[in-house]
Amino acid sequence: MSAEMTIDHSGSVHGCTSVVSTSGSGAPVLEVRGLKTHFFTRAGIVKAVDGVDLSVGEGEIVGLVGESGSGKSITGFSLLGLVDAPGRVVDGEIRFNGEDLRQVSASRWRALRGNDIAMIFQDPMMTLNPVLRVDTQMVEAVLAHNRVSRETARARALEVLTKVGIPSPEERLRAYPHQLSGGMRQRVAIAIALLNKPRLIIADEPTTALDVTIQGQILYEMQKLCRETGTGLIWITHDLAVVAGLADRVAVMYAGRVVETGTTEAVINHALHPYTHGLIASIPTPSTRGKPLDPIPGMTPSLLNLPEGCAFRTRCGRATDACRQAPEAVEHRLRHWARCWHAGER
Amino acid sequence: MHTVALETRDSTSAVTALSPILSLKQVEQHFVQPVDLAGRIANLFGAGLKTLVVQAVAGVDLDIYPGEVIGIVGESGCGKSTLGRMVSGILPPTGGQIEYQGKPVALMPASQRREYELSVQMIFQDPYASLNPRMRVIDIIGEAPVAHGLIRSGEKAEYVAGLMRQVGLDTAYAQRYPHQFSGGQRQRIGIARALALKPSVIVCDEAVAALDVSIQAQVLNLFARLRKELNLTYLFISHNLSVVSHISDRVAIMYLGRIVEIASTDAVFSRANHPYTQALLKELPDLRPGRRDYRPIKGELPSPLAPPGGCTFHPRCPHAMPRCNIERPLLRMVAPGHASACHLNDESTDLPVG
Repeated sequence: MSAEMTIDHSGSVHGCTSVVSTSGSGAPVLEVRGLKTHFFTRAGIVKAVDGVDLSVGEGEIVGLVGESGSGKSITGFSLLGLVDAPGRVVDGEIRFNGEDLRQVSASRWRALRGNDIAMIFQDPMMTLNPVLRVDTQMVEAVLAHNRVSRETARARALEVLTKVGIPSPEERLRAYPHQLSGGMRQRVAIAIALLNKPRLIIADEPTTALDVTIQGQILYEMQKLCRETGTGLIWITHDLAVVAGLADRVAVMYAGRVVETGTTEAVINHALHPYTHGLIASIPTPSTRGKPLDPIPGMTPSLLNLPEGCAFRTRCGRATDACRQAPEAVEHRLRHWARCWHAGER
Repeated sequence: MHTVALETRDSTSAVTALSPILSLKQVEQHFVQPVDLAGRIANLFGAGLKTLVVQAVAGVDLDIYPGEVIGIVGESGCGKSTLGRMVSGILPPTGGQIEYQGKPVALMPASQRREYELSVQMIFQDPYASLNPRMRVIDIIGEAPVAHGLIRSGEKAEYVAGLMRQVGLDTAYAQRYPHQFSGGQRQRIGIARALALKPSVIVCDEAVAALDVSIQAQVLNLFARLRKELNLTYLFISHNLSVVSHISDRVAIMYLGRIVEIASTDAVFSRANHPYTQALLKELPDLRPGRRDYRPIKGELPSPLAPPGGCTFHPRCPHAMPRCNIERPLLRMVAPGHASACHLNDESTDLPVG
């Protein structure tokens, strides 16, 4: 049913079919509306996430793209209820399988995290406990959510390690994290996230610290897993090129807001927002050699004093007086939204 | 191998006639970890612990011509940073020699050696770790030229202001500390510091890896502009093939301490010869949308403590033959200006198609 429909549009056609299938696949796994996460600091209120809409269907991979300070990681943390003081989710709606996550209790969170929603962090050395063996950590994660024997849990750990492409998994189970290479550690972290067959995985730049060859292996495995298991995946990254080959849909964030979202094909080939244009023009390729790149001028503004209206206004070539008013997200094409007064202009 | 001529079609063909500004001859770097006291005691009881030797760089030949940009690409642990450190004089090589303007660096008298050290500068990866947090920008940039007598201390403010303008920093920030700057601005400070000594060669060790895409593009443009204005030569070390493809004239691919392929950027990206280069190019993320079918290269970089015998790439190579386990292929010409180290080139005249 819906799972197959969303998974099936893998190879050939991307434009319309994926739009139709995802919109027609019933209730999405995750539905975020107007999420706002603010940090109440002494210097003022930092609006790290300021009205984010996002939805993830079954088996769908959504790329959340933005530069440092755009609020992409805080969005990910907010979805898991991991925002610490002085930060707080102040507004919005997070629906996971129809359940409003902003209302759930601490014990319900405990049951959800690592079970229905899992997270993969950027640095596997920070997520793995350095003094526990891999099997201890994996068995613990299984037993925390399931009433099974230790042997069953260990067998499950072995199964998942094999699935993420770790050679000689039986040996690796008895290893400590420091005995593994960076790529292996990240695979273990991914395996832990997969242990309880989550419906949704939030991956926060999991391949940024890895070599291209290892990144290729991990992208390949994640893509395969989402296709097979119907798990929804949010892939947070600063690199548009990484999501281009991975994600079904892309959401581009700037200064706490999603400024453009649509199918990967639409966003990359027919970008509407000038920031997305700038990001694409900034990527060096063999064909840009000898020519200057066309970067976005200036730098990301401080979230403490954003320009009023459109936050991108001060760096934007299209900016006019109209941009002093904050633009609303508008559906310019089918399922292709942008938050810009001059969307699609050149 | 010392005479890798530049491909004539290249835009930098003018430099072919020149002699190399820097030339590496079979340069090696071993790191040795001797058996410690506990290990020696354990050895008395027959533990059999041995001195560990890491061959970080195992014999690299490279000629760098004035005015060109050489990209050095490889996975972490392939020895590319060690190579950069040897070129910039931070690490003396344990074998082979480096020649600067035709003269071996190791045999230079002190004054010439000082000249070499000043004219080869380095820009580091992490703009947070490479600037002294307790020094003001004016001192970070201005300290070295004063210390080396390029300028008098009275001229420092003006000199630093000129450099800051050159790299696109507001001169009003001269009295600030590094923590008051963003990553991109810090990297510009690092660039200004390197330029302060009027170098002819700059070693950029992952100089844009820590920056956001849009800031990275700004800094890459800055590198390109400075190269034109000051006629600089870059040794651009990066794991990022896209960045290297954008900025380099020639690209050298390193694997486990050795250069496995070197050619003009065009040749590497359109006619890659070595299976490793071909594999790397396949991994290159690009902007073609759509779920790609990744066919990743298998395995990981082997430990440089115990590199595989024969061709070091053979455990991961799709074309590996019995010969690859035994005999290490030498870097040899496969086309003018294009050298590759692979036995496939001997097997047949047809090059493997990537």
